[in-house]
Amino acid sequence: MTIHHQSATQLTRIICAGDISAYEVTTASLEQIQAENPNLNAAITICAEKAQAAAKRLDESIGRGEIPGPLAGVPIVVKDNLCTEGVETTAGSHILRGHIPPFTATAVARLVNAGAIIVAKSNLDEFAMGSSTEHSAFGATKNPWDHTRVPGGSSGGSAAAVAAGWAPISLGSDTGGSIRQPASLCGVYGLKPTWGRVSRFGLIAFASSLDQVGPFARTAQDLAAALQVMAGHDPHDATSTAYATDALNTALEKDIRGQRIGICPEWMSGNGLSTGVADTVSHAIEVFEKMGAKIVEVTLPKTQEALAAYYVLAPAEASSNLARFDGVRFGVRNEANTLPEMYKSTRGTQFGDEVIRRILLGTFVLSDGYREAYYRQAQRVRGQITHEFESAFADCDLIASPTSPVIAPLIGAQTDPLAMYRMDEFTIGANLAGLPALSIPCGYSDSMPVGLQLIAPKFREERLLSIAAAYERHAGQPGVAS
Amino acid sequence: MTWDVVIGCEVHCQLATKSKLFCSCSTSFGAPPNTQVCPVCAGYPGVLPTLNGAAVELAIRAGRALGCEIQDSSTFDRKNYFYPDLPKGYQITQYNRPICLGGSLEFEVDGQGKSVRLTRIHIEEDAGKLSHGPGGTVVDLNRAGTPLIEIVSEPDLRSADEVVAYLKSLRNLVRWIGVSDGHMEQGSFRCDANVSIRKGTDEPFGTRVELKNLNSFMHVKKAIEYEVARQASELDSGRKIIQQTRLWDDRAGVTRAMRSKEEAMDYRYFPEPDLPPLQLPDGWDSVPLPELPAERVARYRDQLGLSAYDAQVLTAEPDLSAYFEDVLSTGANPKTSANWVQVELLGRLNADGLSATESPVTPDALGQILARLADKKLSGKLAKLALARAYEGEKLAAIFEDLGEQVVDPNAIREPVKQLIEDNPAQVQKYLDGNQQLIGWFIGQIMKTSKGRANPQVVKSVLTEMLEATRE
Repeated sequence: MTIHHQSATQLTRIICAGDISAYEVTTASLEQIQAENPNLNAAITICAEKAQAAAKRLDESIGRGEIPGPLAGVPIVVKDNLCTEGVETTAGSHILRGHIPPFTATAVARLVNAGAIIVAKSNLDEFAMGSSTEHSAFGATKNPWDHTRVPGGSSGGSAAAVAAGWAPISLGSDTGGSIRQPASLCGVYGLKPTWGRVSRFGLIAFASSLDQVGPFARTAQDLAAALQVMAGHDPHDATSTAYATDALNTALEKDIRGQRIGICPEWMSGNGLSTGVADTVSHAIEVFEKMGAKIVEVTLPKTQEALAAYYVLAPAEASSNLARFDGVRFGVRNEANTLPEMYKSTRGTQFGDEVIRRILLGTFVLSDGYREAYYRQAQRVRGQITHEFESAFADCDLIASPTSPVIAPLIGAQTDPLAMYRMDEFTIGANLAGLPALSIPCGYSDSMPVGLQLIAPKFREERLLSIAAAYERHAGQPGVAS
Repeated sequence: MTWDVVIGCEVHCQLATKSKLFCSCSTSFGAPPNTQVCPVCAGYPGVLPTLNGAAVELAIRAGRALGCEIQDSSTFDRKNYFYPDLPKGYQITQYNRPICLGGSLEFEVDGQGKSVRLTRIHIEEDAGKLSHGPGGTVVDLNRAGTPLIEIVSEPDLRSADEVVAYLKSLRNLVRWIGVSDGHMEQGSFRCDANVSIRKGTDEPFGTRVELKNLNSFMHVKKAIEYEVARQASELDSGRKIIQQTRLWDDRAGVTRAMRSKEEAMDYRYFPEPDLPPLQLPDGWDSVPLPELPAERVARYRDQLGLSAYDAQVLTAEPDLSAYFEDVLSTGANPKTSANWVQVELLGRLNADGLSATESPVTPDALGQILARLADKKLSGKLAKLALARAYEGEKLAAIFEDLGEQVVDPNAIREPVKQLIEDNPAQVQKYLDGNQQLIGWFIGQIMKTSKGRANPQVVKSVLTEMLEATRE
């Protein structure tokens, strides 16, 4: 096994023991990325020089006897909508070509302070709008399991990077399923923490009230370690919380006997759910039951409206969040004779079709005369869905479902935007309600990975991690794509 | 025909915080362009706003001083529009749930009391500034993100003069309580006026026109008077008023249409997801407010016995009022102090364009002069001289030493009076023959020989006594 394919926890252990240097690990990771990226296209920027320099500094500090951080020497891949000081950050858009942020996102900075080394910035659907990573200005990313298929999205590059073994941990952002869905399609863990658990400072906003930064990993332990490092209040993000992370430490060893896992019948059939995915997920739930979990039925009828509410609220916020890309202060400007022409030309040509579609949609639903019927109504539905989850959690500790209704689609197969939007059917509810949710690799259908989604009450990420670790003890760690 | 005028005001008032509303950039005025800018106030991708607590405290202070209901929970919204001086493409403001509701301001117009109800006060951020030059247009973001409060009044004002009095009173109040420096010329106190007219006070409100670009009290007065006349002439000639925004063009002395209701911006307000609701902590109202202008006027009138006019003048401006308070704290008589500050000091300060804080004569120095006046160590005339010399920068101790003490002992005056009578038999005879007016001449002579130190009353009584004594 290639050295950098070990878990993050294991890598830090052997680096700190002096068995191998951070430089060697970083170089091994970079060599694989440089060899595979021309085909996989999971990275927009490969940070070779900076990564090797950082690894050398780390090795020197370990040599001086300084106490290394909990992720010392771990290569990480960061979604390219998370700002990295001095490293181009494009959000997958032409409009940000050449944009070099003057600061680093808090979530990334915390991982780097813990010793992690950024080896690449990963590809994504432009501004995180999409479910396939085909809507990137830098071309589509391929699924490492089958290069004719998409990796999911929008954090497809980060999911593919971990699945391909480029790095044990990567970062994504999840607005409607953008971490969990690609995790599912690429056969890795993907965690969307509670809204407010991880700082959003430095995340290029898509829909602020739904966006959350989270990790991908191939072991439950790595996932927990990454969350532990990133979580907590950030003075730069007024919506971040100081909620305790103590329970995360002991979650992995916790017995899941007696845990009540809620199953929602309307999520287990129909709705375009493929039989292969349904069977694989059902089988995993049976495993939970064998391990002592109690399966209970819950009902979430309002979540049928989640997709509709989401595609009003998310574009509404996006239309406002993306107004700053006006060609005035940063990024690309199309010169023109008048200010309105400059705006129109810059935004009309530098944004991709999917982004323009959502800006138009969002502008419309906020407009005078339509706001009540669309935006306010969607807000009400959001409130009802939140309430419905709260009620459901009176009867269960977690809710299980498929993450994606289907395995990874073929590249280019999805031409209907609505069909793409429907892939987020099961994941959107957790964003609307601000709940933590995790996709666990739970088997294969047609030789492609299938993910099982677990949703927990706010700030109860430890429940997700307990089930993931228990399942991992039973089924083994998900492997590197081959 | 005559028309009833109805005006409501929206005042934007820059809060006197050191740093901006959502970042730690400085708010100081006059820095070179784009030197007080960071990724947050420049709206860089990935940044988030964090609320400046000092701005909230000042907004609350303004709300309390204006009798508003302070809201334990308020929220922020986004007001969306494109303009190069608005870095994020939206302004963060409080649209749905502002921090202050209601309230009122009482003030005087031509000696008459007037009360204007307030609708609300909300917190919002300022935009940057565009400069248009021959080389093109440039953006300065120093002001972007500066904290403002917008104070919105009900349509309770009835004339341009009332609006000006309201604005002066409001500006005095916000400066008084340290909420804003109120500099109109620097844009830290700006007013928009909604003007409409109707046939009678019982009629429903007419169509309103919003006036902008009112950069001084004079502009406010002229613009409203022009607009009222314009609307009256429109209606008198059978036309209708169009709801629109008009800009005051001071050079031409007219208001010009900027945009009509049909062209009005659709700001697509929605709740700001990056800021949680603003929940005020317990005890936010435990900090005592300073004595407000209206309260101080009442105290001066009712407890110190000052005239209503004096009380108004001495509280019209926070610096002057603080000066007067400091003079009082030396133990000086209130009425005398009020006189001296207004008559002797204010004239000089106004002539030199100085504020009370810049006065060359400190409140303590004035207090010392007034103390000598009260002790009769200085005559009124000498006290004025002392003030004049102190104003020119002379040290008080030197002035007092030079002027010496007033002579109040009659025996000390008898010798020069005796001499005067002996030297001027003709004048004495005229006096004795009935020309009582001549007493003034005698007093003047004694004052001259005593270099002003003799007390005129004492001189007069000694003179009268000794002149009468020559009759025998």
